[in-house]
Amino acid sequence: MEKSNVVTLEQLQTQIEELNAKIAKLESSRQDQLSIAVVSGDLDKILAAMVISIAAAAMDTQVKLFFSFWSLSALRDPKKSPKGKDVISKMFGWMLPNGTKKLKLSNMNMAGMGPVMISYLMKKQNVMSLETMFKEAGELGIEIVICEMSMGLMGFKKEEFIDYPHLSYAGAATFVADASESSIQLFI
Amino acid sequence: MTAEELKSVDVAKSVDARGTACPGPLLEAKKAIGTIKAGDVMEILSSDEGTKQDIPKWCGKQGHEYLGWAEENGYFKVYMKKK
Repeated sequence: MEKSNVVTLEQLQTQIEELNAKIAKLESSRQDQLSIAVVSGDLDKILAAMVISIAAAAMDTQVKLFFSFWSLSALRDPKKSPKGKDVISKMFGWMLPNGTKKLKLSNMNMAGMGPVMISYLMKKQNVMSLETMFKEAGELGIEIVICEMSMGLMGFKKEEFIDYPHLSYAGAATFVADASESSIQLFI
Repeated sequence: MTAEELKSVDVAKSVDARGTACPGPLLEAKKAIGTIKAGDVMEILSSDEGTKQDIPKWCGKQGHEYLGWAEENGYFKVYMKKK
């Protein structure tokens, strides 16, 4: 016997209701928001993350940056020297770049010559310095979340990070939750 | 609009972003847009080639009207009208 293709009005109505509920859920879940997992600590990649973030924020897109692992070096303030670190944490502190001015290039680093040349070219061609970018980012309301786990792993202390107006500390679930409601998600 | 038409438009605000590279001009424009009224025209002076593409994209997203750009001596002017 052939199956009937006739759909009752009630069935259609429930289907429409279900679809409406799904659309409402989709609309509320994807906001005009950019989430970036910033993992790399290379000068060029931090630059890329900041340029994209500032452009997005200038276009009124909400920006949430999740800084994890090597990228934490970029958030260190060289003027601050936290106390109470154990031997391994101190070693990590010495070996890793202390602040934006000490970051290396992912390519053409040439024992520190590359970053010097890039900084010179950036100044010459009026590209904002990373310090200025972080300042602008703060004024634009760009949020920075520091990954607690990698901070602990690398022995960094909260006291050694830059003074940034929208800085907070959280775990991976925060990035997942932020990213899931963002229309753009990037990994740098 | 043609370059000639653009030059005769009444400009309410002029943003000189010639001293900045990407994303500087966009940022300058964003900061200035709050100072003008709806329907006002703003011009952005830039020597960063990307600005010609970026300002229309910004206008499109924000609902402002992009009017066009005109070449000047060593830089250019991008025109837009606030929503």
